[in-house]
Parts: sequence; structure tokens; C-alpha cells
Amino acid sequence: MPKVKVDGQEIEVPAGATVLQACEMAGKEIPRFCYHERLSIAGNCRMCLVEVKPGPPKPQASCALPAAEGQEIRTDSLMVKKAREGVMEFLLINHPLDCPICDQGGECDLQDQSVAYGKGASRFDENKRAVTEKYMGPIVKTVMTRCIQCTRCVRFAEEVAGVPEIGAIYRGENMQITTYLEHAAKSELSGNVVDLCPVGALTSKPYAFEARPWELKKTPAIDVMDALGTNIRLDSRGRQVLRAVPRINDDVNEEWASDKTRHNVDGLVRKRLDRPYVRKDGKLVPATWAEAFAAIAAVQHGGSVAAIAGDLLDCETMFAGKALVEKLGGTMLEGRQTGMAYDVSSLSAVVFNTPLAELETADAILLVGTNLRWEAPLVNTRIRKAIKKGAKVFAVGPEVDLTYKVEWLGNDASLLGKLPQAVVEAFGKAARPAMIVGGGVLAVDGAHGDTLALVETLGLVKEGWNGYNLLHFAAARMGALMLGFAMDGGIKAMAAAKPKLLFSLGADEVDYAAFEGSFKVYIGHHGDKGAHAADVILPGASYAEKAGTYVNLEGRVQRGEKAVFAPGDAREDWSILRALSDAMGATLPFDSFDALRAAMFAAVPALGVEGLVDYGWSVPSLPTGASGAFGSPIKDFYLTNAICRASPTMQQCSAELVHGETFAEAAE
Amino acid sequence: MAEDTAPAAPPPFVGPLEDKDRIFTNVYGFQDWGIDAAMKRGDWDNTKALLDIGQDTIIDRIKASGLRGRGGAGFPTGMKWSFMPKESKDGRPSFLVINADESEPGSCKDREIIRHDPHKLIEGALVAGFAMRARAAYIYIRGEFIYEAKVLFAAVEQAYAKGFLGKNACGSGYDFDVFVHRGAGAYICGEETAQIESLEGKKGQPRLKPPFPAGAGLYGCPTTVNNVESIAVAPTILRRSPEWFASFGRDNNKGTKLFQISGHVNKPCVVEESMGIPFKELIDRHCGGIRGGWDNLLAVIPGGSSVPLVPAAQIMDAPMDFDGLRALGSGLGTAAVIVMDKSTDIVRAISRLSYFYKHESCGQCTPCREGTGWMWRVMERLRSGEADISEIDMLQEVTKQVEGHTICALGDAAAWPIQGLIRHFRPEIERRIIERGAPVMEAAE
Repeated sequence: MPKVKVDGQEIEVPAGATVLQACEMAGKEIPRFCYHERLSIAGNCRMCLVEVKPGPPKPQASCALPAAEGQEIRTDSLMVKKAREGVMEFLLINHPLDCPICDQGGECDLQDQSVAYGKGASRFDENKRAVTEKYMGPIVKTVMTRCIQCTRCVRFAEEVAGVPEIGAIYRGENMQITTYLEHAAKSELSGNVVDLCPVGALTSKPYAFEARPWELKKTPAIDVMDALGTNIRLDSRGRQVLRAVPRINDDVNEEWASDKTRHNVDGLVRKRLDRPYVRKDGKLVPATWAEAFAAIAAVQHGGSVAAIAGDLLDCETMFAGKALVEKLGGTMLEGRQTGMAYDVSSLSAVVFNTPLAELETADAILLVGTNLRWEAPLVNTRIRKAIKKGAKVFAVGPEVDLTYKVEWLGNDASLLGKLPQAVVEAFGKAARPAMIVGGGVLAVDGAHGDTLALVETLGLVKEGWNGYNLLHFAAARMGALMLGFAMDGGIKAMAAAKPKLLFSLGADEVDYAAFEGSFKVYIGHHGDKGAHAADVILPGASYAEKAGTYVNLEGRVQRGEKAVFAPGDAREDWSILRALSDAMGATLPFDSFDALRAAMFAAVPALGVEGLVDYGWSVPSLPTGASGAFGSPIKDFYLTNAICRASPTMQQCSAELVHGETFAEAAE
Repeated sequence: MAEDTAPAAPPPFVGPLEDKDRIFTNVYGFQDWGIDAAMKRGDWDNTKALLDIGQDTIIDRIKASGLRGRGGAGFPTGMKWSFMPKESKDGRPSFLVINADESEPGSCKDREIIRHDPHKLIEGALVAGFAMRARAAYIYIRGEFIYEAKVLFAAVEQAYAKGFLGKNACGSGYDFDVFVHRGAGAYICGEETAQIESLEGKKGQPRLKPPFPAGAGLYGCPTTVNNVESIAVAPTILRRSPEWFASFGRDNNKGTKLFQISGHVNKPCVVEESMGIPFKELIDRHCGGIRGGWDNLLAVIPGGSSVPLVPAAQIMDAPMDFDGLRALGSGLGTAAVIVMDKSTDIVRAISRLSYFYKHESCGQCTPCREGTGWMWRVMERLRSGEADISEIDMLQEVTKQVEGHTICALGDAAAWPIQGLIRHFRPEIERRIIERGAPVMEAAE
């Protein structure tokens, strides 16, 4: 561990640290543009120059210089001050001073650092450079004249997203950042370049000219677009969420968020259910809460009550729903909307056992029937990191471009019972082998048992390591399983039991035709499939409009807060259920959200502790011998749930990036 | 005192060089460049014997010869070779990259070597590559050198045909390959790490150092990048002994060197001379003097476009070597001597160089990308006088803001010519501004 002196202060830094990191450990702020913790070091902005002795008598780029024993680093000398002023002046000479019309204004590194380290005035008298805009797809708006060529976006696309489609063309002051042939950057993670861009060159297209950062209320929340539980911050003004940006959580999403996570929010104000509806003479007509409740209370269910939980639900809603069903004498609860009925006797066999951060250290990985780019893009980035460290990846399933080298073994479930010798050998040698089983696998009879059998064959479970990973893609799934939203036989069994009264808690993927005779009550937020089939609609709150507990695919309990109020007459789901219980004469025993939570923690103590739940490890004995091809359960990444189906941005992404439509842009 | 009693050391030999001491015996192309003619001139003469003395001995002898890199920076060549790993610990091969991307305005020595004496280079590649335990040499030749590239491709083929390269090169038991790679016409690819990037098929942009190429260079393997001339002289040094080579020039500036004199001399030429030859002698002996006589000399850029110019009075008796020119605030660079007489618009000349650097900046790092364009634009205005006198100081400051703040030396190279101009010709610049600013006489209406 080398000892260095920063401005006279002696500190010890970890081996391999850079001078910049050493300075930060000493509490010194080092301005930077190109340097980013999660990207490779480019060293091209030259803003982080510091004086280092011993060394040449010129300032050095601290981001690229390894800290070495006995270095004397100065961040406050005249040389450093002049160097920073010089670089700042250079960066600004060709940067348009259009801050008043720039969306980055208020959260712009260039603004902030020019205030802190700049000279205050420019001596540049010549004309400024102008650069034509580049097309980068439906998510990223470009104003390339503002670009300072830090190449963060280039490095992100190549290193993290794995789509080396952004690059620099031309040279010198004519250098321009662009996508290859000006096509959209075909990545599910393209929106991250907006956050990475230190200036206003790449900004968010859907959010263009919407708001200034200082107008926004910032609320920490948990994303529900996939099962990863991306930590996000919802920025809202008044009653509208204007954007979602990732929060840093190294255990979950690092610093990234998928495009769906970021840009579903314009769906939160479209196709919303903002008042109750009751079906009269076959048509849904607006009603008051009292009329809607009365219609439900009139149902003679006789205890034949069931509830289906949707994919976007928080645990509190599910718990309240379960409590109501049980209070009414029912037992049927299900969350696996598409009809899957896999065994849930051991939750450890249906969870992502390897903590995401540790997945990076895996050295052999077998993917079974999964398109990670669509099912969990941020798990895919972890695998990219593992590969960088030397991991080898095999896959069984339909071939897709996962952005890295995969040895495809074929798309046949029977392969699981007879893996090629090379794979078994590679796993035999691996210290941290991992298998990722996609959700599509569970649809094939016997495949779940086959994958569990491989735990033994491939040695996936070792001391301090569990490499058996089942990949869910519904945000509510693990919470639902913990709360018991799974019955033997799944939805089919529920339909066969013909419940008199069916509560659909935001369930939009269910085939309601099977519930012909049931009185269907839809409690949810979007006018999607569930609402169309309902007999009574009770308008609920989306994930942005209620506080909630979520359990992600690895069994991590996380809580989000409420950013805005639900529109119109819509209410938070738990309060709807509570009020309905009153109207049905089966009053639920909690009068506040806190009381509900307390009851939930009492029932399922694991939900009371944020962090990873310990499910133990036990392998149920399941039938094996699957055969046939695996299908992909996600047909369109951008349109997987009611919120994104209502989002114009997601629809455009789908049309352009999935279905290949081109959009002509008006000439500016 | 010991100094009084010791016999006076003989003054260093600083030319003129006799024909018998010239390394490049066919630099004017009077003879064929082909392998048979080259062998008659002594190339490929028992190369096995050169290799048989052993890798460390070769490096020691190159060190003893005092050869400094001929590409401009003047780093001791033997020492550079000794940085290469003696054995591969992890199975990575080592590479030699020969920099034939000669793009510096004024420089044209590598072109002559490749045109007329390519086998000196190829033999040198084998010797140097063997000494640094390289598996192969890549010769990165400038894209604009079309004829030269043809010659080089053919010469390498000839050497393979004779068994001098490839498996068991020259019967030495050492396997060595030489690949010729053509650049695409970017000055920056003459910078060693940018050249490595370009060889790898990427955009030619300099890499950050550390890691240095000797640790992780081409394809992440240990690599040494050497100038054509440094490599081409190696076999002759070994044949004729390092002492012979070290007998030319002053201490720390040993050997012979190809000087490329262009501009306002009567007979511009490329000539091999001893290091340290006084400027005046170099010009008088080989170039037929300055156009219009010595009094007509204005200034000289002694080492290619990237070194500061030296005014006539100072350069006259200066020894043409690394240290002699450094003492004048300039440098030997590639020994591309650009001579300018008094007919030269000196501000315009430097402005043109500024344009060159603006055009060739790779655009990777901020000071060079933004600074070169700014400097050129101010220079253009200074040329015509459309400026304020205070802008001279501002320009000087801007050059200081670029110099030493960049990843590679192109920033320095862009700054130095301007600094040299301001240092020596400030009155000329001021004169233009004042004259331009003077009230224009208007005819009475």
C-alpha cells in the first residue's frame, strides 16, 4: 500500500489506485470530464491535471497516473491552477454558450467546473465551431456542437453496453462523435449515455425542454420494469413524473438503468384509470366509488374468491389483497399470470441465488433458454464483466446476440440431460460456476427439474457460492412467491375452480377468457387488458404513486417511496382494498399504511429487513427429462407491461428498434 | 590540478565525412536497390555472424556506439532495446515496430533509405529484432510513400527468397518475420503509441503512458518502436565496431546522420554527415551555400517543422547535433534543416506550420484539439496584421497552455514553432500590426 502526500497531507492508498483516487481519498476535489469510475481511462480531457513529484516538470493527468510510494502530489499549486484554467478555456472556446436553451443546464459538469476552475472570461475572438446533429435513436437527442469529445459515450457503448456503434470520426478540431452510419444506437442501455455526457451534447429526447433540474422533486424509488429492482430516482414536478434516473447501488444496478426503466414514465400519464367503472349491459360506464363498491358487495361469492397479482405490484398491495381474499373465505392466490405452474416448495430453487455483484466473479456460465438482453439487461452487463475477467459462457436456447461471445450448444431442452463433455469439463475446472435459467425454461415440462439436476453435475453449489440462478422478469414475482401468490396448478387450476369473485390486482397478462363466469374486479392503474375484461374497475396507483416494498430476482428486499399522487379519483391500492373490505363487511385489520406494513412484517418477517433474504438451499425433487425447444417469453422488450404499452416513447422504440421502422425527421 | 596535467583530448571529429565512412552508400540511388546490388555493397554479408555474438552483446555494442534515436527525440537506442523483456514470462511474444511514417515537414531521409537502400533497413530489422528477442518486425510505412512501399514490399520478398527472413533467418536458427504495413496518411501515426493503435486497426490516437510500449505495446505485447534510420545503421555499427561509429561527433552526440537540407540553399540535398558538423560547413560543402549569399540568410528550422526556428546569427557556427541545437533553444529533431532566406515571409511560414498541426491533431485531448485551431487562426491574423499587439502575448500564453498538457508531443510540436517565432521575430510581427493599423490616406473628394 503506497503512501503518498497530497498537498502535504500524508495518506496511504490501496495498491493500484490512481493519483486521482488518492487525491479524492485525501478529500481533494479533482475536476474531470472524461474520467468515469465505471469506464476505462481515456485521459483525454486533461482537466484532472495535478503536479506530481517525482516526475517531469509539467502537470500530469491524475486519472491515468498510478499512485506510487513517496509521491508528492499538489492540487493547489499555481501550476495546477493555470493548467486547469487553460484546459477550461480550451473546452469553452468551441462550446456554444447556449446554456439558457440547453437541457443540461443546472446539472452540467461543464457549467459547474467552469465556475469553480475557469478563468471567468475567454480570450477567444474567432468564430466557434458548429457540428451537425447526429441521429442516435428515439432516446438520445444530440446537439453535437456542445460536445467536448470526452468519449464517455463511446467507451460506454463499447465496454458496458457491448454495442460498439458510437465512435469518433474525423480528427483534430473536426472530430465528431456519431453512431455508425447515423443509425440508432441499438442498445437497451442507450439512455445511460445521457447521464454520462458531462455536457448537453447528448440529452434525453423524450425529456427535451420539459423541466429544469431545480424545479424537480426527487424521490428515491424502485423500478418495476423488470425483476432487477433497479434503484431509481423519480424526478417529478407537480403531479407528473418527468423522468426516472438511476441511483447508484453497486449491489443491484451499479449506475445504470435500462431504457425501459428510464422512459416508461411518459406512460404514467396516458391511458390512466382515473375513476371507477362498473359494467352495465356489457359496457363499462363511469361510476362513483360507492356504486363500484356496492356492485362488488352484491356478488354472492360464498367464499369462492380468488386474486391474481400483476407483475408490477409492491408487496403491501399483494399482502392487502391476500388478506381480503382470506377474510372473504377464499384461498386462491396466483401471481404467475401466463399460466406457469412451477414448483415453489423451495424458494431457493426459484431465485437468483448468486448475488448480482458476485456474478461478475463467475468463471464459467451456462445460460439456459434466456435472452438476457431483454429479460434483464443489467444482468447481461455483469456477465460482460465476468467475461472480461476470463469467464467462459455456454448457452442452451434460441440464439440471440448477447453482445459477447457465447458458445451456443443448441436449442433443445434435452441437451440439459446430456451436456457436451467440454461444458462439463469447463465447469469441473471452474471455481465459481454459475447457471442462469431464463423464465422461458419454466414453461417446458421437466426443464426446471433438469436444471436443478445440473446443480450436482456441474458443481454449482460450493462453500460460500451458489451458482443456481433462476431469472424472473416480473418485479413482483419474488415478493408474490414469498407472500404465497402461487397455487398448485397455477392459473389453470384457478380457472378450473371457477371462482365467483376474482380480484385482478393489476394483472394484465392473464387470459381472462378462462374466467368467463367470474365477477372480475380490476384494481390497477392502466386501461389495459385487465381493465377491458373487468366487471368493475377500481383505479389504483402505479409504482410512482405509492410507497412500496419490492423483492428483486435475487431476493433483495428494497423499498421505494411515493413520488406523486395518483391521477383523478385513483387511490393507493392498499387503501382501496381496505375501503372495499369495509363495504363487503370483512373489514381488514389495518387503518394506515404503517399498520399494514407492520402486519405484513409480522406475517412474513423477511420482508421487514432490507437486503438479501436467506432462503436456505434445498432442492425439491422434480420430474426431469424435458425435451423440445425453448421459446422466448418476451416478444417485445419495449412493450412488456401496461405502463410501457401506454408510453409513446416505448412504442416508438419498439417500432424502430424491434420492428425496424424508420422515422423520417423533419429537416431543421 | 588533474586537468592541467592530463594531455589535451583531441577535439571531436565533426566532419567532413569521407566516403569510406558513409553508412548509406546508395542513398542517391546511383546503384540498384535490389538485393544483389545491396549484397555487393556489403548488406546481408554474413549476417549470421552478427547474430552469433549474442543478443546482449548486440545491445551492449549499440549502447557503446552512443547511437541516439534518429526519429527526433534522441533517446539512446541501445537503452531502448534493453527495456525489452529477456524472456517472456506469460507467453506473449515481443515485437519490433519500425516507424517509416515519415511525415514531418522537411524530413525525407527515411524515404531515401527505403527507396535506394531498403536492405539496410531489413537487415537492421532482423538484427534489432533478434537483439530485443522480437518475434517479428512491423514496418509502418507512410501512406503517401507509394513507390517506396512497392520497393519495400519487393525487398522484403527478396530477403525471404534468399532465406534471410522467416524460419531460421540467415541460418541463425532464429525465426523472424518482417511485415510491411501501409499507413493511411496521418501525421499522428508517426507517434509511437498512435502507430501501434493504427497497426492494430484502430483510429490512430496516441495512448496514455504508462504503460509504455516496452511493457504493453502492439496487441498488448512488449514492443519497441524505432525510427528507420536508427534500425538501418545498426548492422553497419556492428560490422565496423561501435568505436568506429563513436569516433564521429561530440560526446553524447555520436555517429553519422542523414541531414536533409531544404529551402533556400542552392542545392537542397539529403546527405550523410558526421554529427556536430557546424551549420555553415554543412551548407557550404553540400548545398552550395545559401541562395543569395550568407548575408541573405534569415532563419533556419534545424530539425523539422516541430522545433523552434533559429535566427541566422545564432545558427551560423552552431554544431548540428542534439545538444548543440538544444543550447540554442531548438533541437536536432530529424535533422531536417529548413533554410529560409530573407525573401521568406517568416510569419506566414510559421502560420503554415500551425495549419499543418491544426490539420494533423488527432483530436483526442483537449489542449491540442482546441489549441491548434486557435493558434492557427491567431497566426493567420498576425500574418496580415489584423490583430492587436496584446494578442502576441496572448498567443504566447496559449502556446504555453498547450505545451506539456497533452497526451503526446504533438501539442508541444505545435507550440514550439510559434514560440520560436515570437522569441526571435516579435518586432516583425509588431511591425505588421502597426502598419496595418496606421490611418489609411484617402484621396480628397
